[in-house]
Amino acid sequence: MDTTTLTKNMEAVSTQPVKVCARDVKVFYGAKRALHGVNVDVYQNEVLALIGPSGCGKSTFLRTLNRMNDTIDICRVEGKILLDGEDIYDPKLDVVQLRARVGMVFQKPNPFPKSIYDNITYGPKLHGLATRKDEFDEIVERSLKRAGLWNEVKDRLQEPGTGLSGGQQQRLCIARAVAVSPEVILMDEPCSALDPIATAHIEELIDELRESFTIAIVTHNMQQAARVSQRTAFFHLGDLVEVGNTEEIFTNPRDERTQGYITGRYG
Amino acid sequence: MSATFTVGLLLLLSLVGYVMGRSRAVTVAGGSIATLHSVPNYYGSYVALWAGLPALVLMLFWMALRGPVMDWLVLDGLSQQQIQGWAQVMLPPNDLQNLLSNIADETAALTETHRQLLLINIKNLAGGQALYVNPAVVESIQPAADHLRNLRNLSDWTLFGAVAAISGGALAFCWARISPTFRARNNVERVVTWLLILCSTIAVFTTIGIVLSLLFESIRFFTKVPLTEFLFGLHWSPQTAIRADQVGSSGSFGAIPLFTGTLLIAFIAMVVAAPVGLMSAIYLSEYAPRRVRSLVKPVLEILAGVPTVVYGFFAILTVAPFIRDLGAVFGIPISSQSALAAGVVMGVMIVPFVSSLADDVINAVPQSLRDGSLGLGATKSETIKQVVIPAALPGIVGALLLAVSRAIGETMIVVMAAGLQAYLTLNPLESVTTVTVQIKSILVGDQEFDSAKTLSVFALGLMLFIVTLVLNVVALRIVQKYREKYD
Repeated sequence: MDTTTLTKNMEAVSTQPVKVCARDVKVFYGAKRALHGVNVDVYQNEVLALIGPSGCGKSTFLRTLNRMNDTIDICRVEGKILLDGEDIYDPKLDVVQLRARVGMVFQKPNPFPKSIYDNITYGPKLHGLATRKDEFDEIVERSLKRAGLWNEVKDRLQEPGTGLSGGQQQRLCIARAVAVSPEVILMDEPCSALDPIATAHIEELIDELRESFTIAIVTHNMQQAARVSQRTAFFHLGDLVEVGNTEEIFTNPRDERTQGYITGRYG
Repeated sequence: MSATFTVGLLLLLSLVGYVMGRSRAVTVAGGSIATLHSVPNYYGSYVALWAGLPALVLMLFWMALRGPVMDWLVLDGLSQQQIQGWAQVMLPPNDLQNLLSNIADETAALTETHRQLLLINIKNLAGGQALYVNPAVVESIQPAADHLRNLRNLSDWTLFGAVAAISGGALAFCWARISPTFRARNNVERVVTWLLILCSTIAVFTTIGIVLSLLFESIRFFTKVPLTEFLFGLHWSPQTAIRADQVGSSGSFGAIPLFTGTLLIAFIAMVVAAPVGLMSAIYLSEYAPRRVRSLVKPVLEILAGVPTVVYGFFAILTVAPFIRDLGAVFGIPISSQSALAAGVVMGVMIVPFVSSLADDVINAVPQSLRDGSLGLGATKSETIKQVVIPAALPGIVGALLLAVSRAIGETMIVVMAAGLQAYLTLNPLESVTTVTVQIKSILVGDQEFDSAKTLSVFALGLMLFIVTLVLNVVALRIVQKYREKYD
């Protein structure tokens, strides 16, 4: 594994093995460069928060981790991203399998216009994770329980997922992502469309999910980053400015820009 | 004094009104325009509108009423001797006998048809076209023609005077009202609002008018042919006897063969258009690179712009012979006016319609749904099949229904490529006819307007109107409901 290019940003080290390793990742939209060489590691079973002002590239970076940027015609990615030591931009790699291993939860809750049950079984069906009805039932129950939604919807699994409240919809999307048993879950501002109570719900959930998954979360809310993450990465204008233990970043940032941002002077 | 002069006068007065109103506004402002309630142009427009519009309305009413009123005055002025003199030359013996026996009681002297004939003679004579009038009747109706000429002159002069008076009066009145506090802008804008309302109601009234005329003429038809025979009859042969001694033209008006023919061709068209249109929409909206899309979309739209008559001769000169020859290879006899040829070409015509509507609804499916599916490890085609199409389905159904209503109402292609004989068959290799083809073929040429044959056109039109209306309403409802879901 290519770990020789560790920068000063990379000092904070977990006892866990590295799950995702990004080296000199540059992203271009047409001629415009959105990321200028990002180096960061995500450790197994940790929550890494990506913070920074709007347009700083944190969402772009998150989307490179499961190649969601492939859907944008003009987007081009350079550098290396390793998942368990395997280059995910290797042309021989099947992007479909990658996305089964690296799930994603989006900013706006986006349940499919299908029943709650079908929303959860969508992924497992695609990947052939189950064949019999009782196996699917079990996946649905387990996933919904993990997303803390089971008790609220267990009596109406056949109703459309779009009929749930915003917070419930987002937890349904988390359950949907969990149902394919990914190794990494990427969350792109998962609470930005939710009220404070639903947000608290999801934050608790993220903390529980950490036991089984590796999580990277983009957030605009610094309190949220402080509450849910173990480590935090601060992006600014396409650069990864600083990454370290969350507590340290928030109490004792080394970079002036980080300090400016977390104390609210800009952003 | 012709009406052209009157219109010219009206325009002139409006223009003068504008200039006068504007300059008076500037004058009363006394050098500082800012003291005026509105900018000077509004004062000009105010005077111009009032100088023009009321007189224009009067003119339109006058034009509409002058014909009937003059007809009545001219006929009223004819003496019984004059009418008899005309009738002895122009009417066949039977009708003349009737007239002479009726003429005593004054009221029902002339039948409507004869009245029209008499009027046409008088008008031709009055208009200097004596060539078209039987010289033998000139003596009888010359006084009436002179009378008409005088009336026309009088009417034109009166109208000219009235328009000049109203327009000029309004001009003077409005001009005098102009003062710095006068709210010309509000006044002008109110008039403009009414003009806009008037324009928007024209479409509504036209629709109502068309529906009512279809309805009343259809009712006339149904007094001659029972509704049940029309709706459930299996034989369509609209040739009715013109003379009593004619043979073989009894006329039967069972519209079922027309409906099945129409539906058969529309069905074949949809079999072609639905898959081709949908798949090209899916390719264009989901797979096509931007450059291909920017090339193919305009071409598809050009296809939509091809006149249907071009499709028509394409159908009859290229596709129909090809299908017939193809059938000959397999030993199947195929009519050269087969439903298949007309349907296939109509399908090609509808392809751009379907693909462009379907493209719209597929694009309206939010990107976040696609991302969600792709993020779960679905491939592009799985995403399209299981998320995008189901989400867009109501809109797609709506698009297809609109396409069906287009196929049903399409005329030119079937006129050229489908047959005229109303066979009751579901075999696409045979010749069938459609509702629109029958409407066209019945109305082409000279027709008496009170025969069942001619009136049947209105019943067919009404049926067509109802079917397409229902289809359109249902389709628009579905599309609308779908739009709301993602807004």
